Amino acid sequence: MSSSWTEAREGVRDIAPAAIAAIPIGALFGALATAKGLSVAEVALMSAAVFAGGAQFAAVEIWRFPAPVAVLAFSTLLINARHILMGASLAPKVGALRPWQRALSFGIMADENWALMERRALTHPLSASYVFGMGAFFWVSWQIWTCMGALAGSFMGNPRAWGADFAFSALFIGLIASFWKSRTSSRARPADPRSGFGGRVVDLVAGFWKGSATGVTVVASGLAAALAYRWVGPPWHVAAGAVAGIAAAALFSGGADVNASADQPEAGPVAEAREEAAS
Amino acid sequence: MIIDPQNLAAIVAMALVTYATRASGLFIAHRLELTGRLKAAFDEIPAAVLSAVIAPSVLATGWPETVAAALTMIAAFRLPLLATVGVGVVSVVVLRWISG
Repeated sequence: MSSSWTEAREGVRDIAPAAIAAIPIGALFGALATAKGLSVAEVALMSAAVFAGGAQFAAVEIWRFPAPVAVLAFSTLLINARHILMGASLAPKVGALRPWQRALSFGIMADENWALMERRALTHPLSASYVFGMGAFFWVSWQIWTCMGALAGSFMGNPRAWGADFAFSALFIGLIASFWKSRTSSRARPADPRSGFGGRVVDLVAGFWKGSATGVTVVASGLAAALAYRWVGPPWHVAAGAVAGIAAAALFSGGADVNASADQPEAGPVAEAREEAAS
Repeated sequence: MIIDPQNLAAIVAMALVTYATRASGLFIAHRLELTGRLKAAFDEIPAAVLSAVIAPSVLATGWPETVAAALTMIAAFRLPLLATVGVGVVSVVVLRWISG
């Protein structure tokens, strides 16, 4: 087996849990879209060409007949503006890809495969085989399940009754935790002397405050997004939360200098950044 | 299998806008000189974006969703991704049933 085949298989393996979790989400989207009055062909076209779950759900929410093209485009822009930051963060890690491969692979960059590419880049250089194995598998499965949902439509019953509407949130919480873990495990921490569940909770909380800018980011982003959602309305919450979370990470990394001296030495992205800032 | 011209126009517009947001990162990345505080902020973009997207359903829907999200977060630090999703879906169903 060539190593590129192995890389592609690893891409599929890594995205498989997200692809499975996306099954009810895709089916739910297809069912909602056809209930709104879109045809199965239109659902298929949107899933293939847009391939962005959040923007697609929001579009169905505001869809009218005739379609308000400018409103739909603007809503899509607001929700997907996060891709600009995501792409800028990922771009330096795809140096091994040819220009056309970059242009194509960034065209199928969704939250899930982007998050997993970022995670992969922490330990391995990204190859075209990995990126396209992962991306193609995720794209094809999104087409299949949104179309199935559109065809099945009202046969699915109430998705809330079986928790399908929460699968999306649960999937994203899992991805956030994998980033959080990658930050805390990358720093040298002495073994915790406490034992038992209470000790582990204390350790978790201590790791949160001492070690991880991720926790601060998650709290700031979540609160800002929830407030923006309540007081301004969708789709502004995405931009508000992202900006607040990133600003909090920047403030945390600076403010931590003041009281970091008493803590154990740290390694990892934040500490590296701190060292760079100090030099 | 019908595609309404106005709907087609909307879908094409959505696709073009989305591709523009995705590809633009390729053009701005090499102009960013990331050091210190800025780099620390950049490292946290994934968590910030993902949290913002789900915040309404987690924090602004009802207590069952908020509690289910907390349980999912705890599970996420111990279990693989798919099991984490399972914990989230099952706990939201149970908690919604409790809340009536």
